[in-house]
Amino acid sequence: MSTTHANSERGQLCTFVLAGHAFGVPVGRVQEVIRHQAMTQVPLAPPIARGLINLRGQIVTALDLRVPLELPPAAPGALPMNVVVRTGGDLVSLLVDEIGDVIEVTADRFEPPPETLTGPARELIRGAFKLDDRLLLILDTDKVIGP
Amino acid sequence: MIELDPSVRDFLTESAENLDQLDRDFVALEQAPGDHARLGSVFRTIHTIKGTCGFFGFSKLEGLTHVGENLLSRLRDGELTLTTESTTALLHMVDAVREMLAHIEHTGTEGAGDYSPLVARLSDLCGQSQSAVTQLLDSAAVLAGLEQPTENTCAADTAALFSALKQLAGDGSPTGELVQRADAPAASAPAASAPAASAPAASATRATPVRSDQSGARTSGSTYTAGPALSSDSSEGNVRVGIALLDRLMTLVGELVLARNQILQAPLVRKDTTLARTTQRLNLITTELQEGVMKTRMQPIATVCGRFVRVVRDLSAQCGKQVRLEMEGQDTELDRTLVEAIKDPLTHVIRNAIDHGIEAPHVRTAAGKAPEGRLLLRAFHESGQVNIDISDDGGGIDPVRVRDKALERGLIDPAAAARMSERDLIQLVFLPGFSTAEKVSNISGRGVGMDVVRTNIEKIGGTVELTSRQGAGTSLRIKIPLTLAIIPALVVTASGERYCIPQVNLLELVRLNGDGARRRIETVHSAPVYRLRDRLLPLVDLGQKLHRRASLGARDEVNIVVLQADQRPFGLVVDGVNDTEEIVVKPLAKPLKSVPVFAGATIMGDGRVSLILDVLGLAKEASVLSAGREPHPGTLSKGDGKSGGQMCHLLLAGAGGRRVAIPLDCVSRLEELPVSGIENADGQEVIQYRGRIMPLIRLGEVLGCPTAAHPDELQVVVYTARGRSVGLVVDVVHDIAEVALELTAPGRRSGVLGSGVVQGRVTDLLDLPEIVRLAVPEMAEVGAA
Repeated sequence: MSTTHANSERGQLCTFVLAGHAFGVPVGRVQEVIRHQAMTQVPLAPPIARGLINLRGQIVTALDLRVPLELPPAAPGALPMNVVVRTGGDLVSLLVDEIGDVIEVTADRFEPPPETLTGPARELIRGAFKLDDRLLLILDTDKVIGP
Repeated sequence: MIELDPSVRDFLTESAENLDQLDRDFVALEQAPGDHARLGSVFRTIHTIKGTCGFFGFSKLEGLTHVGENLLSRLRDGELTLTTESTTALLHMVDAVREMLAHIEHTGTEGAGDYSPLVARLSDLCGQSQSAVTQLLDSAAVLAGLEQPTENTCAADTAALFSALKQLAGDGSPTGELVQRADAPAASAPAASAPAASAPAASATRATPVRSDQSGARTSGSTYTAGPALSSDSSEGNVRVGIALLDRLMTLVGELVLARNQILQAPLVRKDTTLARTTQRLNLITTELQEGVMKTRMQPIATVCGRFVRVVRDLSAQCGKQVRLEMEGQDTELDRTLVEAIKDPLTHVIRNAIDHGIEAPHVRTAAGKAPEGRLLLRAFHESGQVNIDISDDGGGIDPVRVRDKALERGLIDPAAAARMSERDLIQLVFLPGFSTAEKVSNISGRGVGMDVVRTNIEKIGGTVELTSRQGAGTSLRIKIPLTLAIIPALVVTASGERYCIPQVNLLELVRLNGDGARRRIETVHSAPVYRLRDRLLPLVDLGQKLHRRASLGARDEVNIVVLQADQRPFGLVVDGVNDTEEIVVKPLAKPLKSVPVFAGATIMGDGRVSLILDVLGLAKEASVLSAGREPHPGTLSKGDGKSGGQMCHLLLAGAGGRRVAIPLDCVSRLEELPVSGIENADGQEVIQYRGRIMPLIRLGEVLGCPTAAHPDELQVVVYTARGRSVGLVVDVVHDIAEVALELTAPGRRSGVLGSGVVQGRVTDLLDLPEIVRLAVPEMAEVGAA
C-alpha cells in the first residue's frame, strides 16, 4: 500500500528533519503532528522505544529513530516533536527535531537507495526523492517498529 | 477473507450457531433416541441449511444435507432408531457441512472436498428400512387401484392418502414443509394408515380417517411449533450486533472511564458544589454504563463447554472408554475474549482426563467402580472471579510415577525429589517437557499439555490448581478473572514513576516503619528476605529491577507488596503505595511487547500513562520462579477444603486470646501502626490514617477479654465500608486461608456469627458490621452497608 503510494505518479509527503537529514513519510500514513508531549518511560524496553504518550485516551509509543538509523544523539534538553503514524494496528509517534512542509512529489524523481547504503538503515530507508536543493529520504514506517 | 454477500454472511453466522447446537443435540439423542422434540429441531436445522444453500446455489452442500435430511426424517418418523453408527455418520455430516461453510467463508466456494463416501454412507443407513416404506407405498398403490372405479370424491380422498403416504416416506418434497412442522403427529400417522391399507374393503370410510389425521397433523403441527417458537418469540427482543461494534463501544467506555477519573479530581481543587454534584452523577452513570457495556460482551461459558459434549463422545469412543460428561453452571458468564482464551486449555484438560484420567471399563470394574467414568465440568462465580472445576473419578495421578518420570527426564534432582511431598510431586506435571503417557497417543501426551494449559491460563490472569487422589480421581480448578478490559489495580510508585499491579496478584501489603524497616529486612547471602509470619519471603526491589537503582539500603520506611506468582509468594519493595483504582488495560505496541515485566499500560486520572506490571513476568525476570525448584506451599494455605462447604478466603487472627476469622472481602488493608499514634477524639480511640481520622476498635475488648497490646506496634485490620474506615486492633495476624468454613457452634455473643474449625483450631467467625455498630455507634450507617 505504501509502496504504491510512493511509486504512483504523484504523492504527498509529510517531511521532517532528524539530525540534519530530511525525511518524508506518505501523508496517508500520518494521523497528526503534535508538539512535544510528556512521556512515560518504559524501563527495560528496547532503546528505540522512548516512552508512552497519552493521545486523547489512546496510548502511543514514541520511537526514537536515531537509534535504528544510527544518528548522533539530540542536543540535551531538546524537546522533540511527534509525528504520529499508523503502522499495522498500532499508533506510533516518530520523535523528530523539526517539522517540514507537506510537499508534492512525482514518481520520476524517486530512486532506491544506493548499494553502498548498508546496515540497519538500509532496512528503513526505501529510497530518496531528488528535490532541487536536497535529498528527501523516504522511511518505511512498517519496518520501524521491527519485525 | 473475501467480500461476501451480506445475506450469505448471515447464513454462515446462523448456520455456525446451529451446527454447534447440532453437535450437542446428536450426542443427547444418542442417550435418548426417542426424544422427538429434539429430533424435530435437528431435522428443521438441517432442512433450513439445505434450503438456504439451494437458494445460494451451493449444490454440493445441498446434496449432502439432502441425504442427511432423508435419514433424519426417517429417524424422526420412527422408521429407524438412532444407532451409534448413524449418529457418527450424522456428526460427520455436520463436520463436512462446517468444513464447506468455512470454505465458503474464506473463498466463496464450497471447496474441492469429496463427500461422496459420506453421502453413500448416509444413503445406506437411510435405505435399511427402505423395504418397510416400499411396502407401505405398495399397499397404498393397491388401495388406489381398488378405488379406481369408485366415485370421484373417493378418488380425491385416495390422492390425499397417497400424498400423505408419500410424505411419510420422506420424498414428498412439495409438502415437505407440512411434514417438518407436523412432528409428533407425522410419527403417529403411519400407525393410523397402516391398518387402513391392510383392510382395503371399505374404501370411502377408510380414506376419511387418514384425511382427518392429516388435518389433525396440520393443527397439532401448529401447536407443536408453538413449543420451539418460544425461542423465536424471545429472540424478537434481541438484536444481532457485530462484535466489532461492541469492541468499539468498550473502547469508548474505557475512555469515558478515564475522562471520568480525571474529572473526579476537579471538584477537589475547585470546591464548587454544583460541579461536585454533577461529577458525582457522572461518576454513577459512567459506572452503570461501564457495567452495561461489559455485560454485552459477556457470554455464557456454555459456548465453549457445549463443544466438549462432542469432544468427549469422540474421544471416549477412540480410547475405548465410557465417559459421562456432566456439566454444571453453564450459564456462568465471562468476557468474550476470555471465553475464546480458555477454549484450548480446557480442551487440553478434558483430553487429558479422558486419555490419562479415566480408566478403561475393565480396569474400573476391577477397581470396584462403575464401568462408566464421570467427568464433571463445573463453573461458578466466586469473589469476582470465574472458577472452572474439571474433575474426573479416574485413577488419579500416581506421585511415584510422576517422580520417576521427572527424574528420568532430568527435570528435578534426586535430592529435591526426596524432599517433596506427594502434593508437590503432583505439581510436577506442570513442568515443561513432562509427560507420563506410556505411549504417546495422538490425543494427548506430547509432553506439552499441562505446561501449556498453565501458561495460557496465567496469560489471562488466571491460576490453575491441581489436586489428585490416587485411585479416586483428579480435579483441576481454573480461576480466571471476569474480564480483562477494566481491572482493579493497586497503584504503587518506584523511582518516581507510578506502576499498576493487578489486584488478582495481590496478597497483602506490609509496611515497616523506622526501626522495623532497618532491622526486619534480612539477607540470605545477598538475597533480601522478610520474615512474614515465620516464612522467609524473598524480596524484589522494583526500583532496582526497573531503574537499576542502588539496592535496598537502610531506609526509614519500607513498603512490601506481597504478590503471588505461580502459587509462590514474593515481596515487591516499592517506594510508596497509593490507592486501588479501576484501570483500563491497553495493550502495548510491538516494540514493547517483548518486555516481559509489563502486561500493558493505562491512563491515570491526571492523564499520564502508567505501566501495568505483569507479576508473573516480573517474578520470572527476578528469578523468583525457576523451573525445578520445589513449589512453595504458599501463604494462601489450603485448608481442609474437602468438607464440601462453600470455599471462602478468611483472614485468621488472634484477638482476646482466641482465634478469630474475618472474611477477607471485609478487609481492605493490614497495617502495623505505632502505639504512640493513638489519639483520643470524643472518648473514642482514633489514629490518623492516610490523611483521615480512623476510629480504632480493640477486638479483644469487644470480645470480652482484653489482652495487653504490644507496647510499640498495633496490628490493625482496616475495614472500609462506604468510604469510611475503621481499624480493628488484633493481637496477631496468623494467616490467610482458603477454607470451607462450617459453623458448628452458633455465636453466643453479638459480633460473632459462630465458631468452626479452621486449620485444626477452633475459630470464631466475626460479624464485622455488627462489631462496628456496637463499638462505634455513630458509624451505624457504615455497619448497615
